[in-house]
Amino acid sequence: MSEFRFAVNVLPKPGILDPQGRAVELSLPHLNVTDVSRVRVGRRVELTVSAILEAEARGIVDGLARELLSNPLIEVYAIELLEATSSTATEKGPAQ
Amino acid sequence: MKVGVVTFPGSNSDVDSLNALTVAGVEAVTLWHESPDLDGVSAVILPGGFAYGDYIRAGVIARFSPVMRGIRDFAAAGGHVLGICNGFQVLAESGLVPGALLRNRSLRFAGRLVYIKPERLDSPFTRAASGVPLEVPVAHGEGCYYADEATLDALERDGRVLFRYVHADGRVATDPDDPANPNGSLRGIAGVCNAAGNVAGLMPHPERMSEEILGNGQGMQLIRSLIESAAEWEGAGRPAPKGPATVEAGR
Repeated sequence: MSEFRFAVNVLPKPGILDPQGRAVELSLPHLNVTDVSRVRVGRRVELTVSAILEAEARGIVDGLARELLSNPLIEVYAIELLEATSSTATEKGPAQ
Repeated sequence: MKVGVVTFPGSNSDVDSLNALTVAGVEAVTLWHESPDLDGVSAVILPGGFAYGDYIRAGVIARFSPVMRGIRDFAAAGGHVLGICNGFQVLAESGLVPGALLRNRSLRFAGRLVYIKPERLDSPFTRAASGVPLEVPVAHGEGCYYADEATLDALERDGRVLFRYVHADGRVATDPDDPANPNGSLRGIAGVCNAAGNVAGLMPHPERMSEEILGNGQGMQLIRSLIESAAEWEGAGRPAPKGPATVEAGR
């Protein structure tokens, strides 16, 4: 069994109004920043999956991203593998 | 006759909804979120609030609660379900009504009185409405109705837009930036229903305008509509819906 640490990055779909992104953009002049545009604000979720294979773990994360972490009507997501570590059964059990 | 109001952790308009039903003269019962058993009710209200803290997106965690399994089955069997505010968000996330509720265009929580107008008076949710604009409160941060253009066209064509934000004189606040449109909803849409017509969601709170002492009693027109429809459905022996009651495209 291994542990796979993933990040799921969720963003508003292109073309969907993103008032948070617009608010950030409107604040930029107050920072004297003029060369930044197309700000989009989303959400990042990190999680660890116990599985034998990375593909299996990724499948679980993909299902979660589609059903819970994003709404396909208004958002898109991308999955990123952060870390893969092998673990043994004894490490996972409670301390004796 | 018994009408149920779901209580999720974070619901706050459940008691207002129970009160409106009681004032309307029916038995009102609480349906706890952890049970899929709807207690034999003839209709259901999903109330306003912040179910499960509105974490991730308003309504999405509630979608996976046990009571929603019961509500899916109830809707598929033709039972009437009205989602108010957060209840609308839960229905949209569940795919029981079309579209999504985005963050208000203003980025501000909208808590004020607005006018809405029923688009039609022959729906189960508007049959007791007078047809003149209703003055009712909104209280939400994510109420900007969104669906893609093709879906919006289809909803209008099929008569599934039930309510729009209007001015006091009845002019529709179609423009998302119109001050009478409190959240920037596309085409001024305040409420929609599913294809079968037995599940509806709206952002404003009719249950908070259900008695004169609350400001006016105009919201009661919609509560009475729901009760009449439920009574008719019971009287007819709980007939099946005239179309698919569940799962919108994309969900």
